[in-house]
Amino acid sequence: MADPNGHAVRSGRSPRQRARRRRAIQYVALAIVIGVLAFMADWPTIGHTFFDPALILNTAAHGLWRALWNTLVYSAGGFVIGLAAGTLLALMRLSEVAPYRWLATLYIEFFRGLPALIVFIALSLLPLAFQGLAMPFSPYGTVWAALGIVGSAYMAETIRAGILAVPRGQIEAARSLGLSPAQTLRQITLPQAFRLMIPPLTNELIMLIKDSSLVFIVGLSAANFDLTKFGRAAANNHVNITPLVVAGLGYLIITLPLSIVVRRMEARAASGRRA
Amino acid sequence: MNTALVELAAVSKTFSGQRVLDDIDLEVERGEVVCVIGPSGSGKSTLLRCVNRLETPDSGRVVVAGVDLTDPDCDIDAARRQIGMVFQQFNLFAHRNVLDNCALALRTVLGLKRTEAERKARDQLEWVGLADRANAYPSELSGGQQQRVAIARALAMDPALMLFDEPTSALDPELVGDVLTVMRRLADAGTTMIVVTHEMGFAREVADRVVFMDAGRIVEQGTPAQVLGHPRVERTRDFLQRVSVSG
Repeated sequence: MADPNGHAVRSGRSPRQRARRRRAIQYVALAIVIGVLAFMADWPTIGHTFFDPALILNTAAHGLWRALWNTLVYSAGGFVIGLAAGTLLALMRLSEVAPYRWLATLYIEFFRGLPALIVFIALSLLPLAFQGLAMPFSPYGTVWAALGIVGSAYMAETIRAGILAVPRGQIEAARSLGLSPAQTLRQITLPQAFRLMIPPLTNELIMLIKDSSLVFIVGLSAANFDLTKFGRAAANNHVNITPLVVAGLGYLIITLPLSIVVRRMEARAASGRRA
Repeated sequence: MNTALVELAAVSKTFSGQRVLDDIDLEVERGEVVCVIGPSGSGKSTLLRCVNRLETPDSGRVVVAGVDLTDPDCDIDAARRQIGMVFQQFNLFAHRNVLDNCALALRTVLGLKRTEAERKARDQLEWVGLADRANAYPSELSGGQQQRVAIARALAMDPALMLFDEPTSALDPELVGDVLTVMRRLADAGTTMIVVTHEMGFAREVADRVVFMDAGRIVEQGTPAQVLGHPRVERTRDFLQRVSVSG
């Protein structure tokens, strides 16, 4: 016996029947795993440790929103600095002057290869190394600088790719109208490049939001706690993980909408709509 | 005293070992319409792109309106204000609407106020018959409309010379006519034009002079009746025969 394509068929089932059977097996396996977990796990303890309703309310009432706001401020500042420095680095990478290209490449490779944690530790130790040095807007200055340094290394490559993706004809058209190289960059290349870069840059913003959890290195007073530090402190106080879960949800409140927006934009770009 | 608007003298250009332009001499008078024809790879687009220095010749001189573009000290941005260019792929600014496409250079290069720049841009759009699409984005226009906007964009700068690089080659056949009509009106208005084209009908009808290029050299030039009607050179005859057979 053979199917319509001429392949020999082992059993007497049609391809459609076999597909249905495969799916059924997968559902059964899933049901077994869920069943085992449901019966074996100690649900009351899990619920109490991770999702204590009283503690959820307590956490929300005692500084959660302040911490959420701080996380936003830390990440947004780091993103703005990273974007500006990243654009400068990208232009250096594309420069006609070789030493600019070398310097930018060195910077990018160095800080992309380094754990963000090390950058945070180094910056927080800076005032100790240089007596009398104080970062402005403490503690924001230190955090913004650290996130900016790490973020710019990543964003530079994204921005460079975006600039290179602008069709050559756009630049030629601008130049042939008499626009200078600088005017062409400002009016034509960068606006189009940033349009292409919004999805990848949003992904980098999400990364920075998560990296902002490293501010605990800097040493903060309670008013400056970010989500992670806040959740951890509360979890320690109550010897319960619930506050940390709440803090984690705080990140999702920020990052999930961003992810959805990015996915929408990518889908729109894929379907070819622009402008 | 030389009165030619465009003067190319002994222009040569090599791309990765291949001589694309080989010792080209060409003069274009004010008000003249010159059509450059020839097989693909003959160097005609490169020649055109040398006239506004989108390509820099390896040797030779390119002088437009008295400015030597091959002089490294020349202000190329200022020189290009005099030279409008229309591309095969239109190259409208994708992130700007039609009006902004035409007004952008007026504002950034000539420093006109927004209202003044937009008034001029609208006049040009009117002239190419697209005033009603001023707020559309390039991606919302047909190829023929995009090319007419590109022509309006170049004309808004009031250039002394217009360059056309195969302006209808990327268009669907039914859209070619509108673009050629605009170009014909431009020629009738006395605009100096250099047109690289495969449209033999347009060349025959509109050109004051037809230049046939092959292998980086000008093989033959003269009036359309001479070059297209009674070509003297074998290679020109071959080319015209193949074009008329395939077209």
